[in-house]
Amino acid sequence: MSLILEHVTITRPDGAKLIRGLTLNVAPGSVTTVMGPSGIGKSTLLDAIAGSLAPGFALSGRITLNGRDLTALPPERRRIGLMFQDALLFPHLSLAGNLAFGLDPRIRGRAARAQAVDEALAEAGLAGLGLRDPATLSGGQRARAALMRTLLAAPEALLLDEPFGKLDMSLRDEIQRFVFDHAAARGVPVLLVSHDPQDAAAAGGPVVALA
Amino acid sequence: MRAVPALLLAALVAPVVLGLWQTGRAAFGIMPALGRETPSLEPWRQLFALPGLGGSIRLSLVSGLGAAILSLLIALALVQALQGRLSAARAARWLAPFLAVPHAALAIGMAFLLAPSGWIARALAPLMDWTRPPGAASVNDPWGMALMLGLMVKEIPFLMLVILAALGQVPLARIMAMGRALGYGPGAVWLRLVLPAIWPMLRLPFWVVLVYSVSNVDMAIILGPANPPVLGVAVTRWFVSPDLAMILPASAGAILQAGLAGAVIAAAWGAERLAARLGPAWLARGGRGPAGAPGWMAGAVLRLAAMAGLVLMAAGLLAMAALAIWSLAFRWPFPLILPEAWSLNAWSMTAPGWRRALMTSVLLAGTTASLSLALAVAWLQAAPARMRAEWLILLPLLVPQIGFLHGLNVVFLRAGLQADLLAVGMGQMLFVFPYVLLSLSGPWRAVDPRLMRTAAALGAGPWRRLVAVRLPVLLRPLLTAWAIGIAVSVAQYLPTLYLGAGRVATLTTEAVTLASGSDRRVSGVYASLQALVPLLAYACAFVIPAWWHRDRRALAGAFR
Ligand SMILES: Nc1ncnc2c1ncn2[C@@H]1O[C@H](COP(=O)(O)OP(=O)(O)OP(=O)(O)O)[C@@H](O)[C@H]1O
Ligand SMILES: [Mg+2]
Repeated sequence: MSLILEHVTITRPDGAKLIRGLTLNVAPGSVTTVMGPSGIGKSTLLDAIAGSLAPGFALSGRITLNGRDLTALPPERRRIGLMFQDALLFPHLSLAGNLAFGLDPRIRGRAARAQAVDEALAEAGLAGLGLRDPATLSGGQRARAALMRTLLAAPEALLLDEPFGKLDMSLRDEIQRFVFDHAAARGVPVLLVSHDPQDAAAAGGPVVALA
Repeated sequence: MRAVPALLLAALVAPVVLGLWQTGRAAFGIMPALGRETPSLEPWRQLFALPGLGGSIRLSLVSGLGAAILSLLIALALVQALQGRLSAARAARWLAPFLAVPHAALAIGMAFLLAPSGWIARALAPLMDWTRPPGAASVNDPWGMALMLGLMVKEIPFLMLVILAALGQVPLARIMAMGRALGYGPGAVWLRLVLPAIWPMLRLPFWVVLVYSVSNVDMAIILGPANPPVLGVAVTRWFVSPDLAMILPASAGAILQAGLAGAVIAAAWGAERLAARLGPAWLARGGRGPAGAPGWMAGAVLRLAAMAGLVLMAAGLLAMAALAIWSLAFRWPFPLILPEAWSLNAWSMTAPGWRRALMTSVLLAGTTASLSLALAVAWLQAAPARMRAEWLILLPLLVPQIGFLHGLNVVFLRAGLQADLLAVGMGQMLFVFPYVLLSLSGPWRAVDPRLMRTAAALGAGPWRRLVAVRLPVLLRPLLTAWAIGIAVSVAQYLPTLYLGAGRVATLTTEAVTLASGSDRRVSGVYASLQALVPLLAYACAFVIPAWWHRDRRALAGAFR
């Protein structure tokens, strides 16, 4: 069971091919790092896997996750978690509200959901901050909250687009460990996009260079 | 869902085209309701034989072009002078009262200010030893100066907001730094680098201002010259004349008014092309003004214009205050600055009348603004990216109202639609919806698309993404768009007059009618109410999001 890309090619609205015939197999619990120069189409590749390609872009090839063919599914039905350089917490919700937004709908009942959120907050070292405005959190707190929100949706794969790019050196190690450990513990395949060889080294998995 | 924008565009464009077509037929003698079936040039012959037509055309052109061009110059100068001190969000708050107050209410207030017995004359009286109001025609002056001033007070704030929004789209700080490092003064950098960069975003709003200025009716009835009046007022008089046969030359006049607006737009376009043709050579010359004083000429003009702008804005605020004070005055003899005795008489005596008009105005405004907001959300949901045809929603604002409203009334009647509240509401939608959509589309498209993608990745379908993420994040712009809709609806004069066949009385139609009457207290009552309704809507748009998002720093902008 894993995230599998077969002969994936992405065509831009102007006809240029961004990714040509990419084949990849990301095993559960492992991190594959995609590297390449700016503008080569790394973010676009993640958009394609998540199902949010901008209008005009065309995808060919096959993408499967745990045996399900994703190509025809809308993004909300793919069960793929996303993280970007910015945490992108919803600005109108409290921290707990953000986590509850992501929490798997199969967990029912007010009390059960509140408890799941509290546990996730504690796990991210954010215990007691549930009512805080996300705009008042520190960068590290925000990054951890964003990961927990993603994980609460019980994704079957994680796509990370330069998630450590804005963090300073000391924080970077901590968040890297936090993300990779949680992903490994849940056994989900992770695709990481990065410019930084150090990220790839920390991820410890295969590296794919786009050119 | 996909078809929503196309349907809405058709619903906006069709009435304008049909109305123009119907007016055009009447202008060439075809009016079956009057038993006229054969095309002829007779209406045009009649039109050109009407006394004062030439004067009306000249007045419309001079006051309209003058007001629009000066407004643009002053708005640019004010924004440039306040640059760095005025964020778009703060400006929106300061300019809100000017945008909210309807044209007619402002015009009545300006008349209270400028009239020989108005506040300015009262303030000057001790200096000039006036014991009676001076005899000058300072309102309804034959040159249309008072009208121009009134138009400018409304148009400068609108253009300032448009300019500030456009500046948000260009790297202003870097352009300024680069230009000044090359030896150009700030005014020169504006003229040479900033203005060309933002003009594409100002073009259509400026055209809307141009068309309004050369064709407005309600402001011109209150502030403009009476004999001859501007073309729009003259045509309106002919349309409502008891002699039904006057409808034919009136229709010709309406088409002439539309042609005038078209010619003015064409001239603006020509001037723009010319500047684009000559500009590069002028820029390449690299002139930085006389040595030691880079761009002092431009600087002086800009400073003068900014000062004039501040004076006009102050006059606008005084005009609004004058409305309230007159409505509460009991005895206010010249040359006292404030009334000698106060009372609520004017309010209580006219209560039955203004209550009914208020209800009608609020009903119309609430319905058209709310419906427009819902339709705008549907439009933006269906067409997230800018469409090429989007400028067409401005068509109802780019064709003078008088050019198609009378014709539209005929079309409505033929379709079996009575001239009543429903018809008026439908007519108002033509003007309310474009403003609501325009005001919402910028913020809507500025929402970080990754935020919506994140929501989708968390399992939220399209409906939940809209209701649980996009709408709450956009609460402030949604309410602002709604308030603008309220203001536009309350301000409508001609649509109410024509599509209601004079039977639907709103605060605006009553205020315009009463403005020519003798009792300032009563017109003060109606004009105050007319200003109050949109001001309250704007206040809601500021207060509700600030309260709702009080613990959300990223969204609670207004009172910080
Ligand atoms: N909507 C669009 N229309 C046309 N071209 C686009 C669009 N979005 C992105 N592109 C182009 O597609 C290419 C790939 O963009 P993408 O964002 O995937 O690059 P990237 O590899 O993630 O770069 P970076 O490392 O800088 O983030 C770029 O050349 C970009 O300009
Ligand atoms: Mg990228």
